[in-house]
Amino acid sequence: MAHPTRHCLSYKGAMRVNFLLTTSKRVFYAILLLIAVLVLNFSLIHLAPGDVADTISQSMGGADQELLDQIRADYGLDQPFMVQLGRYIGGVLSFDLGYSFFYNMPVTQLIMERLPATLLLVLTAQLLALIIGVLLGVVSARKPNGITSHFVTFLALFGYSAPVFWTGILLLIGFSLKIQLFPVAGMRDVTIDGGFFVQAQDIFMHLMLPMITLASVFLALYSRLSRATMMEVLGSDYVRTAKAKGLTQSQVVYKHALKNALSPVITLAGLQFSAVISGAVLVETVFSWPGLGTLAFQSIIARDTPTILGILFFSALVVIVGNLLTDVALRAVDPRLRGRG
Amino acid sequence: MKHLIKGFAVAALLASTAIAEDVPKKGGTLVTVIGTNVRNLNPAVQSGIATGFPGAQLFASPLRYDDDWTPQPYLAESWDVAEDGLSVTLNLVKNAKFHDGEPITSKDIAFSVDVIKANHPFKSMFAPVESVETPDEHTAIIKLSKPHPALLLAMSGALMSIMPEHIYGDVPIEEVKTHPRNTTDTVGSGPFKLVEFKSGEHIIVERFDDFFIEGRPYLDKIVMRIMADPAARAIAYENGELHMGAFESQPRILKRLSAVDGLTVTPEGYGGIGPLDWLAINTQRGPLKDVRVRKAIAYAIDKNFVLNALMLGTAAESKTGIHPDSPFYNDEVENYELDLDKANALLDEAGFPVKDGTRFALTIDFGWPDVKPQVEYVKAALKKVNIDVEVRSSADFPTWAKRMGEMDFDLSWDTVFNWGDPVIGVHRTYDSTNIGKGVWSNTQGYANARVDELMTMAATESDPAKRTALYKEFQEIIADELPIYHTNTLPYHTVYSDKVGNPPMGIWATLSPIDKTYLKD
Repeated sequence: MAHPTRHCLSYKGAMRVNFLLTTSKRVFYAILLLIAVLVLNFSLIHLAPGDVADTISQSMGGADQELLDQIRADYGLDQPFMVQLGRYIGGVLSFDLGYSFFYNMPVTQLIMERLPATLLLVLTAQLLALIIGVLLGVVSARKPNGITSHFVTFLALFGYSAPVFWTGILLLIGFSLKIQLFPVAGMRDVTIDGGFFVQAQDIFMHLMLPMITLASVFLALYSRLSRATMMEVLGSDYVRTAKAKGLTQSQVVYKHALKNALSPVITLAGLQFSAVISGAVLVETVFSWPGLGTLAFQSIIARDTPTILGILFFSALVVIVGNLLTDVALRAVDPRLRGRG
Repeated sequence: MKHLIKGFAVAALLASTAIAEDVPKKGGTLVTVIGTNVRNLNPAVQSGIATGFPGAQLFASPLRYDDDWTPQPYLAESWDVAEDGLSVTLNLVKNAKFHDGEPITSKDIAFSVDVIKANHPFKSMFAPVESVETPDEHTAIIKLSKPHPALLLAMSGALMSIMPEHIYGDVPIEEVKTHPRNTTDTVGSGPFKLVEFKSGEHIIVERFDDFFIEGRPYLDKIVMRIMADPAARAIAYENGELHMGAFESQPRILKRLSAVDGLTVTPEGYGGIGPLDWLAINTQRGPLKDVRVRKAIAYAIDKNFVLNALMLGTAAESKTGIHPDSPFYNDEVENYELDLDKANALLDEAGFPVKDGTRFALTIDFGWPDVKPQVEYVKAALKKVNIDVEVRSSADFPTWAKRMGEMDFDLSWDTVFNWGDPVIGVHRTYDSTNIGKGVWSNTQGYANARVDELMTMAATESDPAKRTALYKEFQEIIADELPIYHTNTLPYHTVYSDKVGNPPMGIWATLSPIDKTYLKD
């Protein structure tokens, strides 16, 4: 802190420099973390028995040793581990995620093709879970021992503990087969022609069941958390003051208490960013949703190393950038955090 | 009143002719499904079911086969096998065009054979081919180093797709397998041309108007959706979202679907593909080296339990490595009906008496969850003759494939396909020069000089009757020496709705052109 120029800066300016310094430090750590994620994932995948040559041979109905060797040579799988790792890291550092062995396509293109479908599914499911979860939480917090509250608790626990593939199939049988409301699988019906609104409506109909299935998991989280924080807030002094002013119960709950009760829920929702891909894997598989989750699952089965690493790299990137943004945003908003490294 | 009656009569007449004739109707979009993701649309460089279905629509082969294994003209309007069996002449259809309008010539046949020889995993299909002569645009003469009767089947289905040299010839032959045109802007020779291939989502193909068979295909479009989950596929058949799908094999789902009104579930059409389930036995390991032990295992396993309780009657019995639908199948081999006394006697005789309640311990592997009930059953069945079996699961297919390829197993449940002629898909399992060379090689470590000799003779025998006799003896020896205990066919079925006319049957199911399939009103 003894640097001479520092004294010339105003207090505000010093804080800004400090803010930039800690931010760039964070970015630097984030890059290191990304590389560590890559090295670790690459090594882990190498520990698994079998490689992509085996799965290509499976999809071909069998291949002889000569062909297997040739496939391995084509994709550089016959090289020593360190050489393969070095090549891969080198590629990523020059913004090249490599070429998928199994799909015969650049990995970046493959991921970008699948990304919109996953984003649509995960974001709408999160939003649905957040809105309904908070609503249920608030309703049950108002009468913690009432029937509604018990019902919400039951619903939340059921949604959380039932395996998503099972919930998914059950919804399919109910709402695609018995009552034929929604289509079974995929993201759109390619046989219908129509303008933007027809297409959008079609995608919406395809989205409903997977979205509800995926939301059922997060719903439990949000409703439990908002119930707990709401109950805490409702017991606090300022709520008692508000009540004493003669405000109605609804005014107290929705205008005063809810705002404060929401912040931990929103923080949790932000943290759930990491669940973007993991949560979608099973749901996407059941509903043949053409997203990253299905791709991740299939490439692991296929030992398609570049694709797996590409997806993992991408999810790591999403999480790190998400955390970084939250961090930066918090620092910008809350002066108490700024000075700390 | 009179008019009304007349009206009824006309309507009845119309209805009856419609039923009686069932004339194929042009037009419509068939919505169908593929159960695994597709890596490649070109069957010349990628074999297997996932590529075979779209591949056979995009690319034509010289021949096609009808239900009773008789070759029929397709891209070759006629063909002739020379007296000495050393050359096969193909006379191509004259007006045939690729999807870009260029004519299909004998040069393309020669090019396609080169590409397949260099890239296709089934080397035995074209191994004896020395060269392809092209005396004129419409004649291709395939020259062989030895007679090769398997060639005819290898020229059908999705095994020999004819591809344009002017598109794929711009890279070295070995690199055609990664040619970008294998997945985008594909130019083929078949009844349908590519509209869109979205990995993980769908493949869409549409009618090729200049297809060389007048008036066909009937369908305007085929949408092949990619749906990995069998339960979701089943629901989609039931609610009418899918018109048709092939290669469905889960007994419970098949049972359920066959009870649904408006759906037909049929095992017909899979003879050429020839999928077989079996118990593989590593003949180079411990007690399993002794043929008496292998026989005892077969006697202790109740095949009927597998067929009725596990496969729910959806699978057919298969006694040898050749599919029961094949003309070479030999039904008259030892069948090893359940007989625990015989099994115990054989084990005693082999020198493995019961000590502390057990004779010896074995492991059994399986590569995918569908066959877990089978291996659990084998464990229970062998317990009755005091053999302890430990079930080893594999995390996924590659883990299991590695174990099999390195012959690191005692027993394993396995599924292997015939792929047409026995030379292509059967020999590899018993050939003593193919021991332990990756999954679906001779992973049993089986070697018998007479079996090798029979296979070599059958590979070059042009006379069908003599060939049948050779394979008859081959199957007898296999059933007697049991490197594999053959149990059942993999119950592949085609599911289709009443709206579908002429569903693909033959011997290749949907791995053949579906130019005759149509949609009813």
